Amino acid sequence: MSDAAIATSGLTKRFRGRAVVDDLSLSVPRGSVFGFLGPNGSGKTTTIRMLLGLISPSAGSISVLGEAMPDRGASVLPRVGALVEGPSFAPYLSGTANLVRRDTADRYAPGSTRSARVEAALERVGLSHAAGKHVRAYSLGMKQRLGIAGALLTDRDLLVLDEPTNGLDPQGTREVRNLVRSLADEGTTVFVSSHLLAEIEQICSHAAIMRAGKLVAQGSLDELRSASGPRVIVTTPDRAAAAEVLTGFGLAPDATGGEVEAALGEDAPPAEDLAAALVGAGVRLRGFAVRASSLEERFVELTGEGFDVEQ
Amino acid sequence: MSSSEAVPIETASAAPAANAAVTARRDRPSAGWALLGSELSVMFRRWRTWAMLAALAAVPILIAVAVRVTGRGRGPAFLDQITSNGLFVAFTALVVCVPLFLPLTIGVVAGDTIAGEASHGTLRYLVIAPAGRLRLLAVKYAGCAAFCVAAALTVAVAGALIGAILFPIGPVTLLSGSVVSVGDAAVRLLLIALYIVVSLLGMCAIGLFLSTLTDVPVGAMAATAVLAVVSQVLDQLPQLDALHPWLFSHYWLGFADFLRAPLVWDSFVSNAWLQAGYVAVFGALAIGRFLSKDILS
Repeated sequence: MSDAAIATSGLTKRFRGRAVVDDLSLSVPRGSVFGFLGPNGSGKTTTIRMLLGLISPSAGSISVLGEAMPDRGASVLPRVGALVEGPSFAPYLSGTANLVRRDTADRYAPGSTRSARVEAALERVGLSHAAGKHVRAYSLGMKQRLGIAGALLTDRDLLVLDEPTNGLDPQGTREVRNLVRSLADEGTTVFVSSHLLAEIEQICSHAAIMRAGKLVAQGSLDELRSASGPRVIVTTPDRAAAAEVLTGFGLAPDATGGEVEAALGEDAPPAEDLAAALVGAGVRLRGFAVRASSLEERFVELTGEGFDVEQ
Repeated sequence: MSSSEAVPIETASAAPAANAAVTARRDRPSAGWALLGSELSVMFRRWRTWAMLAALAAVPILIAVAVRVTGRGRGPAFLDQITSNGLFVAFTALVVCVPLFLPLTIGVVAGDTIAGEASHGTLRYLVIAPAGRLRLLAVKYAGCAAFCVAAALTVAVAGALIGAILFPIGPVTLLSGSVVSVGDAAVRLLLIALYIVVSLLGMCAIGLFLSTLTDVPVGAMAATAVLAVVSQVLDQLPQLDALHPWLFSHYWLGFADFLRAPLVWDSFVSNAWLQAGYVAVFGALAIGRFLSKDILS
């Protein structure tokens, strides 16, 4: 258990009888960049609040950096930097004053280096120029950067970043990715949540996928990709006919894009039989390919597509 | 403090980023006074705090100007003595402020303690810093008590100053008939301010507790101020005689004892015990509530 930066077992949170997080057993290896994925409302933030001791679990146990949470919070939390459910600051204080205030709450943060650390954190997120401005005057993206700066005030063993790219433009998103990479290179474990796979796929070494409060998959990215079978991709002008043939083999083709695609399950027929059948049915083939699923396809497969918030 | 901090700041500002020594944590936790310092500096940097203190200072100024313009007047205790001695502006203003104005400002500050942080979303970041929930409550309560001191002193000092400007200042005739020097009277004025600070400590604890119940600071502020009014109304009903000594506002105006010679401490002691009881009960309720609270704000 102690080799995991975060380990939970049977973690459950019920609000008014309804399980928002249900029997979660996470395992985040030390040194990993761990993507915590799931649609909005799937229980990611509730899980993060439990990991940080903000709310108490209804059932199950949590270990963070090898110590039990929330009981050992006083010694665990100084080693954890976090951005939880968006950045929050006193609007009537400057960026610098807000970070100083947050830093004074941490008894492991030395007062002698406070100004220097605040300055360094602001510089690291590119906010030095706005340090003296009231947070009231910050844009959403600037607040987001300030929130990340707040997580970097001292050396951290673990960073928990909840939707860190929210409100950032593409340039800012890229900067956050680079920041996470450089922190990971320094040996910090980074636990980063997102509802957009594309934003973090490039930086993660591991991921877990949530759906409606339940963990539906977790592991290294390679493990996640290989967990799903290969896909057949048919390029043809006769999309409807091709889809019909594939359906006849018990597959579930998706003809909404420019190509007809279908996941090949374990009991799917060999690909060469599919090709022969397509040609036999008069489908004009321009291309026929079989390849491994992308992580995005796996993500959509597990969480469903669209914007519906599942209850 | 600033001199001890100066050296590392300058070293670091030469190369702020990627300086491993700068971002190092302490091996052992500090005593944690920095959070109290931060709380006080934030409170007294807020525009709202100064607006409330200015409003309190306006009370003696209004009284003094009104008496000066209209001549001798009738009204609350001591008012008729102002023209002969400016120090009575301060005594009168304190009597006027205790039932309503002071409780209103304390209600705002005490009701805002936890709920205000929750409404800004900063409560969760203080808790995970980690401030320690018990320590956070203690710091918030201490900040509230510091505001009581500032508020009572503001009325007393503003009253004495405007009284000295508009009226003659001289030896003060006490309620017991004896006459004391200006210096003695000033000490008694400060003792009355202290009495009022102690009087408000129970209310601070009530406000702190109410503030842990909600994420809406205005609700906690209003509830705290309303309780102060309710307590005083109940104190006026003779049918509730048995209840009176237990109301937190019961001794609020008992400081007239400090205007007798020799000093009578009876009300002060009874008041201090009563307030200590309120602090213990509502402090315990606040701790019980906040330590187990799910922070969803």
